[in-house]
Amino acid sequence: MTRPLLSLRGVETFYGKVQALRGVDLDVRAGEIATIIGANGAGKTTLMMTICGTPRARHGQIEFDGQDITRLATHRIMHLRIAHSPEGRRIFPRMTVLENLQMGALLNPERDQTFDSDLKRAFELFPILERRQGQRGGTLSGGEQQMLAIARALMGRPKLLLLDEPSLGLAPLIVRQIFEVIRELNAREGLTVFLVEQNAYHALRLAHRGYVMVNGKITLSGTGAELLAREEIRAAYLEGGRH
Amino acid sequence: MAKAATATMQAGDSEPTSLGAALADAATAAVIALLLAMPILAYRSVEQAVSLGMEARWGAIAIGVAAVFAGRLAINLLGPRLSGPVGELFAALKSAIVRVFHAIGGWRTVLGMLLMLAMAASGAGKLSTPRWFDLLLIVPLAIGVWRRSPAWLFLGLALFFPFAPGASRYWIENFGILVLIYVMLGWGLNVVVGLAGLLDLGYVAFYAVGAYSYALLAQTFGLSFWICLPLAGILAALWGVLLGFPVLRLRGDYLAIVTLAFGEIIRVVLINWQSLTGGPNGISGIPRPTLFGLEFKADGGFADYFGLEHTSLHRIIFLYYIILVLALVTNWVTVRLRRLPVGRAWEAMREDEIACRSLGINITNTKLTAFSIGAMFGGFAGAFFATKQGFISPESFTFWESAIILAIVVLGGMGSQVGVAVAALVMIGGTELFRELEIYRMLVFGVAMVAVMVWRPRGVVSGRVPTIALKETRRIGGDLVKEGHG
Repeated sequence: MTRPLLSLRGVETFYGKVQALRGVDLDVRAGEIATIIGANGAGKTTLMMTICGTPRARHGQIEFDGQDITRLATHRIMHLRIAHSPEGRRIFPRMTVLENLQMGALLNPERDQTFDSDLKRAFELFPILERRQGQRGGTLSGGEQQMLAIARALMGRPKLLLLDEPSLGLAPLIVRQIFEVIRELNAREGLTVFLVEQNAYHALRLAHRGYVMVNGKITLSGTGAELLAREEIRAAYLEGGRH
Repeated sequence: MAKAATATMQAGDSEPTSLGAALADAATAAVIALLLAMPILAYRSVEQAVSLGMEARWGAIAIGVAAVFAGRLAINLLGPRLSGPVGELFAALKSAIVRVFHAIGGWRTVLGMLLMLAMAASGAGKLSTPRWFDLLLIVPLAIGVWRRSPAWLFLGLALFFPFAPGASRYWIENFGILVLIYVMLGWGLNVVVGLAGLLDLGYVAFYAVGAYSYALLAQTFGLSFWICLPLAGILAALWGVLLGFPVLRLRGDYLAIVTLAFGEIIRVVLINWQSLTGGPNGISGIPRPTLFGLEFKADGGFADYFGLEHTSLHRIIFLYYIILVLALVTNWVTVRLRRLPVGRAWEAMREDEIACRSLGINITNTKLTAFSIGAMFGGFAGAFFATKQGFISPESFTFWESAIILAIVVLGGMGSQVGVAVAALVMIGGTELFRELEIYRMLVFGVAMVAVMVWRPRGVVSGRVPTIALKETRRIGGDLVKEGHG
């Protein structure tokens, strides 16, 4: 078996005295879509942020691409080509769509040569962004902002894409569209994706590997299809969630 | 007061109001004005033979209340659409004015330039200068017309100002140079507040560091202004980094408090470190700058070398051009930096710090560069201030200065270079223009600030020019989008 691209071993994160992550072990292999599902406050976003180094893990080890990144500064971690599309989109509201995309390209050291082709790819994935390119980020609709956030993350040509709740507050149709793009990116370009979602049904259908998080701990793991089939998952996360 | 606030809210809506409602609202405002005016305006202390006496001023109150009534009524009538025939009349009037304004709008640059050309042709100022000096005005204007950019109009005016008709020593020194110092300070602070979004209430500290650096270096080591100028900038930048480190994790209110304290600490140190800074007595006899070694003095100086008649005006004009060049350099560097990754990182940090982190931007470096570059420009301005005055003391570097500079940046429109320049011109130049009004000029100042905040809450120039565009660059209105929170 090849080494996983990202692996976490016994990661514990605290906010002051409150423990948010209680020894998380997980692996994300190159070329796969991994997802982590869980209820509100389970620690999904904290896990995402801990991978990025803010807040820092108090115990345990995080390894990316064969390198220990547990104690690395946030910007250094990102420069190992991890792109993070944070929770709540967080695009730059007063900057234009084009400028937002340009900011994403900062991660790529060869950006001067690749910017034009990367921009073309981003516009192919999300044609609406091309029409909106001169518009301020803040004037876009929620769905468009989410597309921009993903496109911005992709501009850095990442090895690993961290997506934090891309479906947050979006219409089902838009959610489907965005998940379709993620699937396509993975299938066509072999992009490794680590997805945090509340929308368990969509996430598990998309993912090769799924983890269930409860109270800062991974309680279940398996392939997406396996997890979807399990009775307790259906009961806990999928009641009425099939949309 | 609450009622007035509600009324203002209503005035903002486009719901038609009746004439009666408008009158009633104006009357309410007048009553509030009356209540407020009573304790402030009603009595005035006058000196009598033996003691202080009181003089009633009912007339002043009447004028004030009438003004409030008329003003409020005008806002009500011109603001929202009014129902009935009166309303239609006003609406027609308003649309006619708007139409005329728009017709002029496209041509206003050209018109302004023609006006300036006429001014240039009308003769020189106090100095009898050759006609080719008019080129200082005409060339930038021509470029401005060609490139359709009003910024060139300002540049032409600034270049020509010392030779303009009516430009006396008083005007160049107390209007021209002073405004340009604040333009430069505004542009410097604009890097920190406008671009990087770090609220700095102690900017005057760097201005002081620059001024004292020059004064002390020049007096202790006998270095010339041109050597000390970069040194002063570097020292101020170092202080910028020094301030930057402890405040790296702060934002908003907390950052403002710490920077405010920093500004005060520098001032208090200047007052108390008697052996170095001379304490409250300040430093006098600061050397003046030279033009390639030529001094501005009666014998063997600038005037003799060029075979001109000696006048102190030469030195003033020289100083004017130094600060103009310094300000233009500040502008040029800022505009360039905005297009580089570091400048874009500043703006991105202003928008959303978390997003910046997730895009691999080093927040520490970004903040420190913003502080140090802003501080460096403040240091340059300080060195110039010291050499211009010839005397500096801690009194010149009070919190009031920081507040004025910040007001210039905020009123001008955060991040806008042209807006900051306009705001400096209006606020500093304006208060100089109204000097005759004595203490009432502060009132004019306050009214102007309120007016800007009511009608242009995001500053005079609220748009932001994108740094990259595939087709055309266009300005994007600030009113449509909410601010970034991070």
